[in-house]
Amino acid sequence: MTEPSKSEAAMGEPTAASPASTSFLEVRDLKVHFPTDDGLVKSVDGLSFQLEKGKTLGIVGESGSGKSVTSLGIMGLHTAGQYGKRKARISGEIWLKGTELLSADPEQVRKMRGREMAMIFQDPLSALHPYYTIGAQIVEAYRIHHDVDKKTARKRAVEMLDRVGIPQPDKRVDSYPHEFSGGMRQRAMIAMSLVNNPELLIADEPTTALDVTVQAQILDLIRDLQKEFGSAVIVITHDLGVVAELADDILVMYGGRCVERGPAEKVFYEPRHPYTWGLLGSMPRLDRDQQERLIPVKGSPPSLINIPSGCAFNPRCPYADIPKDNITRTVRPELTEVGGRHWAACHMSQEERQRIWAEEIAPKL
Amino acid sequence: MLAYLIRRLFAAAVMLVVIILVVFGIFFLIPKWAGVDIATSFVGKQADPASVEAVRQKLGLADPVYSQAWEFFKGIFVGRTYSGGGDVTHCAAPCFGYSFRSEQAVWPVLTDRFPVTLGLALGAAVLWLVFGVAAGVLSALKRGSLWDRGAMLVALSGVSLPIYFTGMLALTVVSFKLDLLDGQFVPISHSFSGWLGGMILPWITLAFLYAAMYARITRATMMEILGEDYIRTARAKGLREQVVIRKHAMRSTMTPILTMLGMDLGALIGGAILTETTFNLPGLGQKVLDAIKNQDLPFILGVTLITSLAVLIANLVVDILYAVIDPRVRLA
Repeated sequence: MTEPSKSEAAMGEPTAASPASTSFLEVRDLKVHFPTDDGLVKSVDGLSFQLEKGKTLGIVGESGSGKSVTSLGIMGLHTAGQYGKRKARISGEIWLKGTELLSADPEQVRKMRGREMAMIFQDPLSALHPYYTIGAQIVEAYRIHHDVDKKTARKRAVEMLDRVGIPQPDKRVDSYPHEFSGGMRQRAMIAMSLVNNPELLIADEPTTALDVTVQAQILDLIRDLQKEFGSAVIVITHDLGVVAELADDILVMYGGRCVERGPAEKVFYEPRHPYTWGLLGSMPRLDRDQQERLIPVKGSPPSLINIPSGCAFNPRCPYADIPKDNITRTVRPELTEVGGRHWAACHMSQEERQRIWAEEIAPKL
Repeated sequence: MLAYLIRRLFAAAVMLVVIILVVFGIFFLIPKWAGVDIATSFVGKQADPASVEAVRQKLGLADPVYSQAWEFFKGIFVGRTYSGGGDVTHCAAPCFGYSFRSEQAVWPVLTDRFPVTLGLALGAAVLWLVFGVAAGVLSALKRGSLWDRGAMLVALSGVSLPIYFTGMLALTVVSFKLDLLDGQFVPISHSFSGWLGGMILPWITLAFLYAAMYARITRATMMEILGEDYIRTARAKGLREQVVIRKHAMRSTMTPILTMLGMDLGALIGGAILTETTFNLPGLGQKVLDAIKNQDLPFILGVTLITSLAVLIANLVVDILYAVIDPRVRLA
């Protein structure tokens, strides 16, 4: 059991001192903690990033690294509709177009949900209401934010279904989710998210529940729609292939924190964190010798209740003993800039990491 | 939707025929196994063999099974004529025969008592649905609160306390101590307000038990539904929480409640024995209790058939409502 410490007790209080953000989206020191019987689960523990309009950020990490919790946090869905006493504790700042969402009036955030920021969920079958037609659900999403009659909204729904590539949209608008295939459901979900032209689109594992051929189509669709609407997109995934295709920037999460962040090509070709190396090594690639084995990241994800002291990755890191004085196990590494707009949180020196990457990791990929 | 409806209706009709045959089977087989001669029990033990034989002829009890089954079946739909052994008695459809004890025709007695039970069951159902579902939803939304704990404690006692206890308590307090209602049953045809006055306590007593069960089920279902992905989607669209609950969560919560309602209503319409006995209501339940005590087989059969029919109809209605609520059911 972890007793809430003083700093956690102070969570949720507005940090009035910090200046307003000028980025389109800026997350500062976001913490999302859930009290449970076993202790405080620190799903996200100090995450910061910025995102500009027209750009795509890929958030990567294994299950339980805090990716989805982050996205739900931005949408304000941890606090909306929470019943009972076990409420999520959220602190930090989330600035969207100059508004700080965590300290804003919940009613104001609700009005922004669906209109300024929208979300595509992982499993479109369970994310769509089974009892309402696709059309009814899109119409509802549109009419929350637009004062129009049902007919106009329906026309808009058909238009959106057509735009996301659903054949015979004027007929399929009256279908139920169970009458759609998996790929069509995800298209419908995307149509619903985009019906209000949101400026921020969060796609939480948008292709995980789909088969491979459909995955590519959905990713193409997201990319096309982003160009068309000029929105900012956050793609959350554990699949590096997905971010490789979509993302301008990549943020690698581990144990609720960012371990590496930077432009996509930097993270892919000059990664500076052992966990990122592990992710790249475990990614199947067509240009690799097929006889070669994938290199898994050994061990299992850390407990979010008792996060390992020092660097959270240290129990699984093959290089944990390189830095002196056992520092990896005692001091948590901060993100430090390793290149232009490229940060990593590792105790090893830049030169060491450069050498290990170039000599040991890159040749095997 | 239409195809679904036709399939359901057809299934219900088949069920009805099966039920009638099974009920006849009970009528025919049970006395055999129990070593009871129907003719003797009809006439009485002291009767001479000649009159027993006459009754056996008249009721056709010596005929082969299939012809007896056919007569029974026919009697229900077109009526039958007992003509064996001399005198002729016509029993109009729907014919369930005559009481062993009073020689009353069964059907008129049943139709006389049916409205009492129907009124009891429907009135109580309205009460328990309104209060049970409301309490369950509130508890789910305020889980862990004082209200939730209190409501669930009351619900637990509601489920555990037998009707003859809560009923007696209600009668003692309201009718005898406070003298608010006289607790006498008045047929609805005599006086509507009198009927209402007589039914209030039975309704509340019966509804208390069921409201408790429904509150618990509603609470559990609601809590489960609130964790569904599509509820999160509804919030992500920017819907007001109130609309999320009312429109998205309630509709899904209603399906298991409807299923329960179909079975409970059907069973209750066949006779709420405890409630009717406690409040001395002249309904089917009271009659079937008498019939069982007196081994009055024709009445037992009649009530059994009515109960089955009630369950059948209630389930048919529920099936249709189910299809209205959940589009996926229409395919089934």
